[in-house]
Formats: sequence, structure tokens, C-alpha cells
Amino acid sequence: MKESYNWILKQLPYSEPFLFVEEILNITNKGAEGYYTFSPDTDFYKGHFKNNPVTPGVILTECCAQIGLVCLGIYLLGQKTELENVRIGMSSSQMEFLQPVFPGERVKVVSELVYFRFQKLKCEVKMYNEDDKLVCKGVLAGMIGVANA
Amino acid sequence: MLKEEKYQKLKEIIKIYLPEDVAVTDIKQDSHLMNNLNINSANLVDIVLDVEDAFDIRLENEDMDQMQTVNDAMVIIDAKLSEK
Repeated sequence: MKESYNWILKQLPYSEPFLFVEEILNITNKGAEGYYTFSPDTDFYKGHFKNNPVTPGVILTECCAQIGLVCLGIYLLGQKTELENVRIGMSSSQMEFLQPVFPGERVKVVSELVYFRFQKLKCEVKMYNEDDKLVCKGVLAGMIGVANA
Repeated sequence: MLKEEKYQKLKEIIKIYLPEDVAVTDIKQDSHLMNNLNINSANLVDIVLDVEDAFDIRLENEDMDQMQTVNDAMVIIDAKLSEK
């Protein structure tokens, strides 16, 4: 079952230290679901905050975007798409943060498609912690499409 | 719907997506949406979606490609409305 999403993970245009997708649980035409675990060794915890490591909101937003928007976008573009030709960029984000995420926590991102038209993908995203509490939620949009090569 | 009425309706939509350094009064019939009004490609999609709702029409990829200026948008809206 999970094997079938490997092609999406391979198509992701990210690598360490800026890959925030660990596992895709489920993707349909209407949304995506996936996990990510924030490693305590990650560099930004040294500075956010001093002696009090908390995952920055921008990183939570990025994680929501990579799982909820980009994985879904790659799925919607289809398996035949060549990664080199995919053009990608976030165009808007509106997020609310409700719970802190500490080093080592695993989060689940769930996205719901609002629309994918004219290469613009817009989704409602929600992130949950291991206690199933809502960590953050919002609306993200980006341009994702295949360049006319 | 009168031409002026359509133009006003379109202007109301474009207005929402203007960057802060562009004034509503800068919107002219021959304004290029991206080059003159500085609307980015993501907001251009929002304009198209709002136009679809406002005029109850559906635009295709070709229409999007052709929609360069405010006047282009007017022409496309007219064509779609007459098809209905």
C-alpha cells in the first residue's frame, strides 16, 4: 500500500536539511495525508529559542506545504511528469498556530483540496500531534506546473 | 449586461488583487495585467476564478493564455457570455 507512494517521495524537489516529508499515508484527488518527525538534532533548535527549543511556525508551515500541497500537486500532475520540468513556488499562506511542537515530536498533516486550476493549487491544511491535538491549520496556495519544455 | 457594467464588474475584481504600489485609477482598458498592473501569476488565477463566478462562465487554458490585458479579458468574457 505505502509502496505505491514512493514515486511521489522520489519526485519531491527537496533534500536534507529542508525535507519535511517522512511518509505519505494516503493521497487522493481531494487531499493528502502524511507524517513527519522533527529530529532533535536539527540545527534551528539551537537558536529557536535559546535554551528552549520549539519548532518554528515557518517550519510547521513548510511541513504542511510539502506534505499537503507539494505531494498532492505531484500526485495530481501524474507519474509521467519529469521532475526537471516541474516549476514550483508558494504563493500564499494563512496559518494559525495552536500548540507548540517540541524536538522529537511526530506530526500528521492532512490537506484538503480547495482547487487546482491553471497551475495554482490551493489547499486547506491541518497538522496534528501524536495526541491527535490540532497543532496548526490554515490555507496554503502555490503554483505548480510543468514548464513547456 | 451593458459593456460599461461589465467593465466595472471586472475592475472591481482586479482591484482586489492589485499590489500596494498600483492604484485603482491605473486600471485602463489597455493595461497589461502582469506588466502594467504588476499582478503575479497566482493572483491572475484568482482573478480568472472570480471572473468565472461573477459572470457565471468557465475559462479554459487557452483563455488564460490570451488574457493579457484588461481589454483581452473583456473580449473573452463577451465571447463566453455569447456562447451561453
